[in-house]
Formats: sequence, structure tokens, C-alpha cells
Amino acid sequence: MSVYVLVVNGHRQSVDASPDTPLLWVVRDNLNLTGTKFGCGVALCGACTVHLDGTPVRSCSTTVAQAAGKRITTIEGLSSDVGHRLQDAWIAEEVPQCGYCQSGQLMSAAALLTTNPKPSDADIDQAMSGNICRCGTYQRIRHAIHRAAGTEVTDAR
Amino acid sequence: MPADARVSRRDFLKTGTTLGAGLTIAFYVPPRLLARFGQTTADPADLAPNGWVHIGTDGVVTVTVDKSEMGQGVTTAYLMLIAEELEVDPTTVRVGPTPENPAGWTRRMGTGGSSSVRSSYDILRKAGAAAREMLVAAAAQQWGISPDACRAERGMVIETAGKRKIAYGRLVTRAATLPVPADPTLKDAKDFRVLGTRVRRFDTPVKVNGTAHFGIDVRVPGMLYASIERSPVFGGAAKHVDDTTAKSAPGVRHVTVLEWSPDDTKAARMETSVAVVADRYWQALTARRTLGIDWAERPPTSLDSPAITAKFAGLAQQPGVRARVEGDAAAAIATVAKKVEAVYEVPYLAHAAMEPMNCTASVRSDGCDVWVSTQNQSATQRIAAQVAGLPVDRVRVHTTYLGGGFGRRSETDFVAEAVRLSKEVGAPVQVIWTREDDIRHDFYRPATYNRLVGGLDAGGNPVVWTHHIVGASISLSKHQALENGIDGSLVEGAANLPYAIPNILVEQTAVDLPVPCGYWRSVGSSHNAYVTESFFDELARAGGKDPYELRRVLLRDQPRLLAVLDLAADRAGWGKPLPEGRHRGIAVAEAFGSYVAEVVEITLADDGKCRVHRVVCAVDCGPTVNPDTIEAQMQGGIVYGLSAALYGEITIEGGRARQGNFNDYPVVRMNEMPRIEVYIIPSTQKQGGIGEPGVPPIAPAVANAILSATGSPVRQLPMVQNGRSRIAMK
Repeated sequence: MSVYVLVVNGHRQSVDASPDTPLLWVVRDNLNLTGTKFGCGVALCGACTVHLDGTPVRSCSTTVAQAAGKRITTIEGLSSDVGHRLQDAWIAEEVPQCGYCQSGQLMSAAALLTTNPKPSDADIDQAMSGNICRCGTYQRIRHAIHRAAGTEVTDAR
Repeated sequence: MPADARVSRRDFLKTGTTLGAGLTIAFYVPPRLLARFGQTTADPADLAPNGWVHIGTDGVVTVTVDKSEMGQGVTTAYLMLIAEELEVDPTTVRVGPTPENPAGWTRRMGTGGSSSVRSSYDILRKAGAAAREMLVAAAAQQWGISPDACRAERGMVIETAGKRKIAYGRLVTRAATLPVPADPTLKDAKDFRVLGTRVRRFDTPVKVNGTAHFGIDVRVPGMLYASIERSPVFGGAAKHVDDTTAKSAPGVRHVTVLEWSPDDTKAARMETSVAVVADRYWQALTARRTLGIDWAERPPTSLDSPAITAKFAGLAQQPGVRARVEGDAAAAIATVAKKVEAVYEVPYLAHAAMEPMNCTASVRSDGCDVWVSTQNQSATQRIAAQVAGLPVDRVRVHTTYLGGGFGRRSETDFVAEAVRLSKEVGAPVQVIWTREDDIRHDFYRPATYNRLVGGLDAGGNPVVWTHHIVGASISLSKHQALENGIDGSLVEGAANLPYAIPNILVEQTAVDLPVPCGYWRSVGSSHNAYVTESFFDELARAGGKDPYELRRVLLRDQPRLLAVLDLAADRAGWGKPLPEGRHRGIAVAEAFGSYVAEVVEITLADDGKCRVHRVVCAVDCGPTVNPDTIEAQMQGGIVYGLSAALYGEITIEGGRARQGNFNDYPVVRMNEMPRIEVYIIPSTQKQGGIGEPGVPPIAPAVANAILSATGSPVRQLPMVQNGRSRIAMK
């Protein structure tokens, strides 16, 4: 076990964990931030997406040692203007069904809009295809991203 | 195990849908009884005329939702049903705790069969109407006028001819002293303000900021985490366990072998497993990976998918149990102008809900608490009591949000594990399954093998339909007796073939295999609609008929199906030219009392991979509660069914499931998401469900589009296997 200093949602916190512990479990179990979800454990589903220095990463496949010293943002800390616009759009479009994957979806969408404020459907496909939703809310996610970005929904598929 | 723990889904549905006959009993739960299991404050100043509604002196309305919220929108629907009759704004209504003592609740607690709204539409409205009538009576009494001179509106009682009005909160104490009306008057549908409108979902805000609590998010003081290695072979046992390394790993508190008695296995798993319990989940999981387990080689290690198919194919040559007989198919087939024969196969499927199975239990000598994302509180309570060795009413079931259910969470195997471990280690324990655990130890949608023979008359009209379904049986897998030799869930969607064909024979052979089977979103219709609707298009093609027009003719006695068929075809532009390379397919299904038609537009790549661009869906589910929820459920059902049609397959090798994660059990992702349009038929007819009926038509609609494109039927799912398309290009 080692002590790591993490900067999570702007707060500096030290945690005691073995170096190979995925950031996911440190965030959920040591820091009790349960909004970040476990879905597959091997970076296939995106439910555990967080931001590391602003870049979306799968926290199930990022070790605490790799995350130490970087700025970590979880759904609980998604306080940027983009984040709030997305959350409002998610509510307006009634996106969530079971809701389990939505933290990860929102974190991926926030990273997309931060780097690409006016994404096309192709951009959305590219950025969001790492996030699985078994309830099938993809169409509403697409609409919500366009709403938050102020871009037109064409639904051309 | 208590006898009622074996209540089948069939019985459950029957109970669920016949409650209407016993309304006065069903909707009335004495508030005193509720107080006994800690559900309300039971303040005599408040109004709690039944177990569903509570109104405080502050006017706050709290509603009991005894169903599991797994994304299907049941919470919002229940609030709407009560708010409508109570004349309050549904967005101001609060949700009380889910009843924690299922044995003491007014009805069996479980969520499935797309039954939540149709089983409760009148019950909840009556519950709200009873409270409204009592509030009106209290106001009338206070004013010394007749209740007929008052009306309820937006949380107030108003004197119709005068100016007086009074808020509910100031009436509840008087109202609580009045008799509860046994048969309150329900509003006329033309006066609805809430039902049929897009009321915002109650649970959306907490699902966009990470604060919604799922089973996996439960935190109990002193809680330990467990990860469990289960025998990879279904029903397997451990010969030897080397846990030396695991036991000395950091944070590990216990390593425990879990074996189940024959009684337990009816609600738990069959196979032996080894649990590692640690301070942190990651410690439990990493220590688990060091276990050296010598699994005893015993049947069914020889079981594999080709052997299962061969067994099914052999049985399909023999007569099955007759599930439907119209006319004389055997005699008629000898006289037909054209005969079409086909074999259709569907694989086992896993549910793969986003939230892997998990459960938290705290067993003490005087009681047990279980926190779980479950579709089946009643069975959870019974299995927990059995495993803990406690009376049923000493078990409290705390229902969280569910990260998907799809039928998987109607099982209780994960509950049994957590309760057993908590009892053995003397501390609260949270069991968390990995994704591989979840996919390799599911209760799978049965694999089936279908032999079909159709006959056409000289005009190309289908006059004979025979269908023999050979398949793994959910009932037999769950040690439940068949009814007259029939597993109802194996033939649903096939025995009720809706077409006016004079000679129909549907037979079934239910097979008992060591692969655990369970209910998968839309159950039998998930495979039977694919088989029957695809074969229907083969017959249409053989007879030179347009598949939509032929359906129109043969659905002439099925007005509700005909209406959705026409609506979907019209909105999809059936018969109108498509861009080069695009093809349409159409399919219909009746499932869970609702009627759905779907039209798809696809293209095929050179490698035979199918891309679905557009899905037009028309649904008649009877009276609408929340149109946005209906649309969402149709969209969701289509995506769930499309994932299965394109990719879903669990293959059995050496008595175990081969697939383990989303790499080898792929699902539809954003880049493959078609545009989906949903059209709802305004209906006052009998209400149906919405959670499942969107699933069945999608696989055959896609298969039929491929038949139209290539001239070859798609007789086996999934369409893509190990990354390669099974579709043969011309």
C-alpha cells in the first residue's frame, strides 16, 4: 500500500491504495464518489469515464499511480459551463432511462464539446461510441449534445 | 423453501393482471399496517386513506411506488396516475420509500412482464380518488354544504358556486376522521389533465449529476466487499481450493467456499463458488485471481453448442406437444400448390445490464437487511430469510435504482450469495460481480431450433402453417412443472400467430439442459417473432406477394395489429422509392397486450454487414399515461433487440459460456444507432405494457429487409458472428 495525493474535483486528498488499484475503485471506495460507475473493467463500455487533466479516460483502466498529481474530474465535479449545459440538455431531452451509464456519457460529451463546440453527427459518433447504453438512449444523447452545442438535429443516418 | 417462492412468471402475470377484480382489497392497505412496517409517520393529523397516498398537514403528497425503477419510467407513471385523480400537480408529488417488507405489502412485489401500469392503472387512480373524495367531504363539512357543491383542483377544494377555497393541507386532519370511500368515482378520460401528457420524469435530475443510488453504490458502516469465483462449468463443484496466497493478500478477511443445497438452488446458483471477502473491492478481486481451484470434472463438461443444436434438430423430427391447432395442417399440406420449408435458429443470450449484478446484505441474529437493485423484492425476501435462517418478516429489502434489469434482476442468485457471506463473516457484505461473472453466469434467453413448413394455394396465399419450436425451457430450468406439457414462455409469440391462415399447427418440445435459463426482455416473443415474421416474408415472396399487403389481408381480423401495420407503413413510405442500395423490411408483433409494427431501412456493405439507418415504429398500448415514456421504451426495446439480432450470442463450450465481456458480446453503439421514429395510436382499448413490446419486431424487420435486398432469408441469428457477417451477398 502507498499513499497517493489526488486532486479530485479541485480538492486535494490523500488515499492509501496499492499502486495497481484502478482510479475507479479509489474514487468509488476510498473517496465515496459513487457517481462514477463500474461497467466492464476493461475500458470497453465507458461507464467509468472521468477527466484527467481535462482528457476523458476510462478510470477502470487507469491506475491510481497514473492519476496521481493530475487534475481528476468526476461527474460530481462536472461544474464547467459546458457540463451544466449538457446536464440541462440531458434533462430537457429526457435522456436517461436506468441512468447507470449516464455519468460516463456526460463526461465523454463534456470532453467533446470542450474541444469541439459545434460537433457534427459524425463527430458525436466518433466521440461517444466508447460509451455503451443498454437502455438504448443514444438518439436522445445525440439530440442533447446538439441542444447543448446549439447545433441543428438532422437525424440523417 | 415456501411454496409461493416458486410462483412462476406466468402466475405472477395472472395475479398482476386480474387485480382489477379485487380492487377494493387491492387498493386499500390500512395505514396502521403500513406504520407497523415503518412506511409512514402515521401521524393521525395526516391523511393516509390507503397505502398508496399520504398527505401531510403541509399539503405535501407522498406516493408509494412498489415497483422497481429500472429506467422504464414506472415512478413517474405511478405519480401521474395518483396525481390525476387527486387533482394535484404531479411534479410536486414526492415518492415515499419502497415497501421494505414485501410479505406485509398488499400484493406480490416484483416488476416484470411489462405489467406495472396495466396491473395498477385503476388501483392507483382509485387510491387517489379516495383521498380526493375525503378531502372534498372534509371541506364540505367545514363549510356546511354538500360535497356536490365543491370540486377539487390543483391541491385545493373549491366551492363551485362561491368564492371559498381551501388547500389540502388544511383539510387533511378533518379528512382523516372520515370514512374511506370503498368505491370512489374515477374521472372521465375527457377531463384528464395529467394522463396522456409529457410529465417530466421524476428520476432524471439525479441521473445526470451522479447522485442516483444504485445497488452498487450502497455504503453500510463496517461493510466488506466480496468477489466470487464461480465454477465455470454450470453446476460444477470444487475438488480442491488453494487459497494460501489469497488469504495472506492485503485487506483480505475471509475466503469462503459456497455450496448450495438442492433447495437453495431453486433460487440461487447451482454451481459451487469461492468467495474472497476484503476491506476493499479491488483487494477482493485481485486476491480472487490468485485462487488455485481444481474444479471437479463432471457433467456437463461435454456440453457444447453444436451438441445442443444436434439434439434440437433430432427432436424437431419427432412430433412435439401441440400448442395450437387450427384446421388440419397435415391433410392440407398434401394439397397445396407450393410448399416452403425452413429451419430457423436462435442462440442463447445474456442480459448484460450496465450495472453488473451485486447485492449488499447485513445479517444479524435478530434480522437481516438487504440492499439490492432487484426486480423481485418478494423472492429476495424469501431467499434471504431462507439463507439467513430467519423468519421472512425479519428481512428488510431496501430497493435501490436498478442499472438495467431486462429480466436478469428478477433472479435472486446474487442475493443468496451476499446473505450467505454476511452470515458467515458476521459483517455487512457487498458482493460485486465482474462483467465476466455477469455474462458467464447469467440465466440465459433460451436457444431454440424451429422447423417450419408453409403451404400456398394456387393464388400464392398461405393456407398451411406448421411450426415446431424445440428449445431450452425456462420452466424446466427453474424446476417448474409444464402446463399440459407446454412451457408458455417458449411458445408465446408463436402459438398466438395472428394471421388468418386456415390450417395452423404449432408444436413445442421443451428441453431441459444444464444451462440456466431466464426471462430476457420480451421473453418468448424475442425469438418467436423473429422466426414467425421472417418465415412469413418467405411465404409472401414464394407467393409473389408484397409482405405488407399480404399482412394487411391476413390481419383482417386483427384491427389493432392492422392499425399499427398501416401507420408504420404509411409513415415509412412503404412502396415508395428508396435511395440506391437501401432496402425496407417490415414486421409486427403483439406482446404483453400491446401491438407494435416496425419498418426498417437498411444498407448492406460488400462484406454482408447490415447497417440499419431508420426505424419507424407504430404502437398501440391502449390508454397513454406518458407518451414520452412510451417513445423511450420503444426506442430502447428496438436498440436492445437490434443488438441481439446483429451480434448477440452466447455459445456453450465444455459446459460453460464462452463469451465474457463487450468485446465478444458486442452491443449496438452510438455510431450504429439508427434514427428511430415512434408513432403512438390514440387508444381507449385494453391497456398493454410498454417495457418489452418494442423488442420483438426489430429482428424480423431487419431480416426481412435483407431478404428483400439479397433474395435470401436470414434463418440464423446473430447476423454477425465473431466479426463476420453471415449474410451471403449476391
